[in-house]
Amino acid sequence: MNFDLSKEHLMLQEMYRKFTETEVKPLAEEVDEEERFPVETVKKLARYGFMGIPFPKEYGGAGADNLAYAMAVEELSKACGTTGVIVSAHTSLCAAPIYEWGTEEQKQKYLVPLAKGEKLGAFGLTEPNAGTDAAGQQTKAVDMGDHWLLNGSKIFITNADYADVYVIMAMTDKSQGTRGISAFIVEKEFPGFSVGKKEKKMGIRGSATCELIMEDCIVPKENLLGKIGQGFKVAMKTLDGGRIGIASQALGLAQGSLDETVKYVKERKQFGRAIAKFQNTQFQLADMDTKTEASRLLVYKAAKKKDAKLPYSKEAAMAKLYASEAAMEVTTKAVQLHGGYGYTREYGVERMMRDAKITEIYEGTSEVQRMVISASLLK
Amino acid sequence: MNIVVCIKQVPDTNEVKLDPKTGTLIRDGVPSIINPDDKAGLEAALVLKDRFDAKVTVLTMGPPQADKALREALAMGADDAILLTDRAFAGADTWATSMTLAAAIRKIDYDLIIAGRQAIDGDTAQVGPQIAEKLELPQVSYVKELDRDGDHLFITREFEDRMHKIKLKMPCLITTLAELNEPRYMSVAGIMDAYREKEVTTWTRADIVIDDAALGLKGSPTRVKKSFTKAVKAPGKKYDVDAAQAAQIILDNLKEKYII
Repeated sequence: MNFDLSKEHLMLQEMYRKFTETEVKPLAEEVDEEERFPVETVKKLARYGFMGIPFPKEYGGAGADNLAYAMAVEELSKACGTTGVIVSAHTSLCAAPIYEWGTEEQKQKYLVPLAKGEKLGAFGLTEPNAGTDAAGQQTKAVDMGDHWLLNGSKIFITNADYADVYVIMAMTDKSQGTRGISAFIVEKEFPGFSVGKKEKKMGIRGSATCELIMEDCIVPKENLLGKIGQGFKVAMKTLDGGRIGIASQALGLAQGSLDETVKYVKERKQFGRAIAKFQNTQFQLADMDTKTEASRLLVYKAAKKKDAKLPYSKEAAMAKLYASEAAMEVTTKAVQLHGGYGYTREYGVERMMRDAKITEIYEGTSEVQRMVISASLLK
Repeated sequence: MNIVVCIKQVPDTNEVKLDPKTGTLIRDGVPSIINPDDKAGLEAALVLKDRFDAKVTVLTMGPPQADKALREALAMGADDAILLTDRAFAGADTWATSMTLAAAIRKIDYDLIIAGRQAIDGDTAQVGPQIAEKLELPQVSYVKELDRDGDHLFITREFEDRMHKIKLKMPCLITTLAELNEPRYMSVAGIMDAYREKEVTTWTRADIVIDDAALGLKGSPTRVKKSFTKAVKAPGKKYDVDAAQAAQIILDNLKEKYII
């Protein structure tokens, strides 16, 4: 058993940190405050290969692995949860299912520009009446002979109005239940496709979260992803991978808020000495660090299992469950240790606390993760 | 077009702390970086590569750990990397270093050699110009702007109180300032290539043609007689005043010493 990162991963970490410090951190507050999607950062992320980290070079990727990808989301999220989720949703929820389930033609047409970062990806599963109960899909896809006709809407879609390509779930046969769901690759330009209202959110406010609307949306026959009726499987497997991304985002938020707190408690003086000298501060920091490190071990383990092509669904669920709840706890303590200043928007920790909350909810709530984990025990 | 970029791995002086007792640098645990002027030189080479399809070879003389600096250069986009390493090279001053580097460069095809102006741990600014002398090449130091047309370079050279605009025919050597550009980051794919596809070629004493007497400590005419930290002669004066008074005090002092 070896906990050391390889030379490549150490160098990647060094590069991610430098990039984050220089390109991401200075924008984090503004992106949150103005609820602005950081288009300029996404261009730079594309230039340096962040948008296709775990995909082979022949498909436009960087030829690295899922650990390298998880570490990227972690480092970006240390400074900006918004930037972390842009990369995570694009990579795990759109490029990955096309890589896993797509035909060679689909990979050439869609994965290559996605992995190069020339196009941005998104994923549509959730509907107003189908959240955790994903089988309650109301979006319908009808075979019209020479094309598919999609009707319905999706909500809470990350990257929505900035994405070019979407992986969309729709019912092809309602009578079959989950086996009646199919996956489709939909382009923003397809007739009948539009982006609806943008959500006003508590956190990750720079991330564009919108509704997707399909009204007689014409999708070419060849854009079915996987086989007819495989959509639920595609979605569930995709979310397994996505959980590594969100767990990494949560890990980054926890580490980022801890780093800010360590700096702050050394500077802030009360009763004539730095608050770092008080045992309460020390004990809080110890707990924050321990939980963050435990999250990291779970996240990296899930990523390594995926890289080894071993089953990783349970590990990804554990990583996401633990890292997201740890992120909520650590960022809340970070605000507490910052006191009144922590509650102001001058310091980044309140933003991290707001950003952390969503990691317990999206891509499977903490409750869903507990279902996945216990199901593996009780099967 | 073949470009050789000479780089040096140096301790990140932003991270170096002084030992309060001995007054010497604490180098342990200090991260190593590519010297900033050299990194600008590498970026200049990579820009030429982007525009004119050049082949970029990075060269360094140093201990085996300098491998990491070369891998970083490969990860930024350099094509080849050569590490000159041998106990025989140890203890070299700028003279012996430039002799050794020049001997290595004679084995490589080049149109342009780029070196950084000076290293942040030595500040001599001698190695680049000495390589040019030893290879009998025209050279321009302190390059702040760079362009190329055919076999000529168009250079803005920073001088103390002026700029020089120079047209220089290749083959030649230039030394670059960190202000020349903003070096790119390594890319994810570049890092994977640097460790999995590309190689760092190691050259030892046996791989270069050079007189033993020119190598390492033996080949170094420089003798360090003594190195010391300048002692603080007296404590500074401390004033507890407001900003306006502080400005007046500074002004008075500068006038008193005829600085302004």
